[in-house]
Amino acid sequence: MPMSSPPLEAFVSALLLQAGYNAALVAIGAGLLGIAAGAGGTFLFLRKRALVSDAIAHATLPGVGIAFLVMVGLGLDGRSLVGLLAGSALSAALGLLCVEWITRRTRLAEDTAIGAVLSVFFGFGIVLLTVIQTLSQGRQAGLEGFLLGSTAGMLYSDAMVIALGGVLAVLALVALRRPMTLVSFDPGFAAALGLNTRRIDLAMMLLVLAVTVTGLKIVGLVLVVALLIIPPVAARLWSERTDHVVLIAGAIGGVSGYAGAAMSAAAPGLPTGPIIVLVAFSLFLLSLAFAPGRGVLAAAIRHRRFQLRLHRRQGLLSLARGEPIFDPLTLKVLRREGLIRPDRVPTEAGRIEAGRALVDERRFEVARRIHRDDPLSHRYDGLTPITAVMTGDEIAEIDRMLAASAMLRRGEGS
Amino acid sequence: MGAEFVQLSLTPILIGVLSAIACALPGNFLILRRQALIGDAISHVVLPGIVVAFLVTGSLASLPMLLGAAGAALVAVVLIETVRRLGRIEPGAAMGVVFTAMFAGGVLLLEQSDTSGVHLDVEHALMGNLESLIWFDATGWGSLLDPAALAGLPPELPRIALVAAVMTMLMLVLWRPLKLSTFDEGFAATLGLPVRLIGLGLVAASAVAAVAAFDAVGSIIVIAMFICPPATARLVTERLERQVAWSTVFAALSAVLGYVLAGYGPQWFGAINAVSAAGMIATVSGVILAIACLFAPHRRRVGQPMA
Repeated sequence: MPMSSPPLEAFVSALLLQAGYNAALVAIGAGLLGIAAGAGGTFLFLRKRALVSDAIAHATLPGVGIAFLVMVGLGLDGRSLVGLLAGSALSAALGLLCVEWITRRTRLAEDTAIGAVLSVFFGFGIVLLTVIQTLSQGRQAGLEGFLLGSTAGMLYSDAMVIALGGVLAVLALVALRRPMTLVSFDPGFAAALGLNTRRIDLAMMLLVLAVTVTGLKIVGLVLVVALLIIPPVAARLWSERTDHVVLIAGAIGGVSGYAGAAMSAAAPGLPTGPIIVLVAFSLFLLSLAFAPGRGVLAAAIRHRRFQLRLHRRQGLLSLARGEPIFDPLTLKVLRREGLIRPDRVPTEAGRIEAGRALVDERRFEVARRIHRDDPLSHRYDGLTPITAVMTGDEIAEIDRMLAASAMLRRGEGS
Repeated sequence: MGAEFVQLSLTPILIGVLSAIACALPGNFLILRRQALIGDAISHVVLPGIVVAFLVTGSLASLPMLLGAAGAALVAVVLIETVRRLGRIEPGAAMGVVFTAMFAGGVLLLEQSDTSGVHLDVEHALMGNLESLIWFDATGWGSLLDPAALAGLPPELPRIALVAAVMTMLMLVLWRPLKLSTFDEGFAATLGLPVRLIGLGLVAASAVAAVAAFDAVGSIIVIAMFICPPATARLVTERLERQVAWSTVFAALSAVLGYVLAGYGPQWFGAINAVSAAGMIATVSGVILAIACLFAPHRRRVGQPMA
């Protein structure tokens, strides 16, 4: 990334809030917004409705245009951020209602409703923008800044509005976290507890709407959806617990917003929205690579360990049965543990281990015959020792059967 | 009106209609497969593809642009699938992660590189430049038979016509496997149809349509035309054959009506300047869909109460 041109000091000083009062305010606002978006987006993500936020975001555009026209018509300054945000909130709410109505009342699926609302509202917003362009020739309305976000030359009052919006969204989130966790995790259980799931769903959507509208000026309506989707997806890789995922997503969103805004303050040529999104995406890539459990690296390590255990077991069984081993990996595993000598002859320890493996395998054979329809027999993967699956009594019983059949075989032989 | 209409409005209308149809045809199957938002994702990732193609070749020639856009669409599909598999993430969210990140990368690349001398910016990518695709060499309806004037047609027109024709042909040839695998993938698989390949091919065809239309009309129309006309048609009829036919009708209607309203509508209100044709076409398609949602004969789910 061509980030070398702005000096590093500028970025560091922006990070430490030394790059001017407004830049600091914007960075703090973006950080708060990121926290609210990441944590709030988690509930949306767990409800599998992540892309509804895309429809909400695009549906803000006509509201911005209409608010501008109304304010100019009333003789006010059309660029007042509070007015524009209020207008965008109204049209976003209308878009959300349309998605809900189409999904519930017609045969169209939710993704179709999202796509239709998103494109039509956005298209109508573009029509309004061209109308405004022709009305205010010579005077820049600056509404294009809402498409991709712009913080350069932001007014003090605007920065204040965004910081305040971030604080309010975080507070709402803290207040609503318990019921929203319940509903997004298990709606049926939440309803059984007597919670009004519809109302909580609505609150969740209003929170998302508030975050989207607050984020318009910083991230822009095309990309604000990323702040609601990427942090939860990244956080989900780190934990299997809802409350942890919410916290981690909030942290990832906060760091992205704060660092992204600082970077763009240090290099005014860089648009804020895309940088914030790319910081979030980098954090997602790191999570995908290194998260324990669901991360790619952890999965690769798990796979390798499994492979090695499998080769060890199969190698030991071959030793016990006196079969020759050709697989290089098997030979390597056995040699490294000192179970065979370099000339492939088993050592003393190797013979003992091989004997154990064979006994285990025989016991499992019997166990699977007895418990054919029992879930226990499905635990057989050729690796888990039978002592981990069955009680001592059961194993003793199996051993008796083994001894009996061995005697029988000997009797036949003589 | 004649000569001026042919010169200024005929080609944009034709290009708009053909783009709308080229997108609506695959859109029919996408909405039935619950993949409606693929069009949204593709039209976002086209931007980084075009920017990269411009940075590599240094020109705005059509072929590298198309190749770049198609390459980006391919990268996006592969990335979405990778994220979905590796992270075990639901497809909608995986799509959201990939297309926003790629679009952000495209915007950043565009702002960082020196494109001040050429006509390449984000707003153009979103809104297209349908109004500027005029036919300079036309002098009237007679120019349609004049080879010299025909040679001066904007190159977008034959290109989108070709894509629309290929889309129609592919759909007619592959009708049965497409229909079968869309409605009952399991059954199609037992018949030995390559269902995964058909699914992938549908996404690839959508990408081609999106890229070709994007070149002429911008990404708003692309998303709207993938979804609105087929969704409207779905509410009008129960049969797939009729749905596809209706969707082309609604697509063409949206394009013509939207262009006329954008170009001539403001004059009726005393304004001089036209508004964005792309935005108006999307708006009209939405109005048609809204009417269908309220009144169309098959708007309800089977078994849904009439209340």
